Amino acid sequence: MTSKNKKTIAILLILVAIMVVGPFLALRGAEFGGSDDAGSVMVEEIKGEAYEPWFEPVLETAIGGELPGEIESLIFCLQTGIGVGVLAFFMGCLYERKKLGKDNE
Amino acid sequence: MTKNKKRWWTLALTFVLAFAIAPTAGAMHIMEGYLPPVFCVAWGVICLPFLFLGFKSLNKSVKENRKSMTLIAMAGAFVFVLSSLKIPSVTGSCSHMTGTGLGAILFGPSAVSVLGLIVLVFQAILLAHGGLTTLGANCFSMAIAGPILSWLIYMGLSKTNVNRKVTIFLAAALGDLFTYCVTSVQLAMAYPSAEGGFMASVVKFLGIFAPTQLPLAVIEGILTVVIMIALESFAQSELKAIHYATEGGK
Repeated sequence: MTSKNKKTIAILLILVAIMVVGPFLALRGAEFGGSDDAGSVMVEEIKGEAYEPWFEPVLETAIGGELPGEIESLIFCLQTGIGVGVLAFFMGCLYERKKLGKDNE
Repeated sequence: MTKNKKRWWTLALTFVLAFAIAPTAGAMHIMEGYLPPVFCVAWGVICLPFLFLGFKSLNKSVKENRKSMTLIAMAGAFVFVLSSLKIPSVTGSCSHMTGTGLGAILFGPSAVSVLGLIVLVFQAILLAHGGLTTLGANCFSMAIAGPILSWLIYMGLSKTNVNRKVTIFLAAALGDLFTYCVTSVQLAMAYPSAEGGFMASVVKFLGIFAPTQLPLAVIEGILTVVIMIALESFAQSELKAIHYATEGGK
């Protein structure tokens, strides 16, 4: 990796961090709910009546209620973890290979 | 990787993990049970040929060169990570990215449809996020329509003199944004307004999703550029294996 690329990556990641934290700090009172909640509100507004989804999520049927928030974040973390794990593992392999000078085999 | 860069990766990962525990409430797929059955089936049927082509194309890549497995896994993992992160946006609500741009750039749009589908099934079953009945519609918007646009932009701009990183950025960011435009159209088709009909509905749904998604699309573009820089630095031979023309190794 050239030093120019390193700098680019550093700048880009700082930019991302600012973009993520920015709204969070700027909009203090905001709720930061999911935008699909806003979507379902809009569906009701257009239809002019309350909308009953005709199919319940299988998980909610199975556990007989909504998924608790903490459990939901656990599963979201699991998803992130799987992804980061795979990415980090292969990046590690590739990096080590380059370091050992075996990258053209 | 220097000490310096290691520090950056740690910092980046910390950020990523910190924001995985974002506020609750699902972000942005069409929810379970929110599309009439006819639409569910229709979108599902539309997805089938793409998924079929996707399986074939992935199979071909792997048969041709085992090395492509690495990149397929990484592209899939990238979708996993990005679509699990709910990011606060300027509108005061949260949404998440798609992560499908990377796969589209590397493997073309059909292969990504399979990777996207895996994530959508994971979220629909385990997270009650998106849904099994709306799987077809969500698959079309996130795993087919978005990646096709990303791929077209990437292919188109690659032939011009536009800077390579800018090309990748635009492809990923606009593909992400397009996903949500398609979602708006899908919802509007199912719920046309009483006054103004379909178009009025499109505008209404876009009004919710587009402003929230815009900054996220930019973030997705940036992250895709970052991972591509890393891949071009360390995975030259894998990229060659899938006939990806790299900057230095053309």
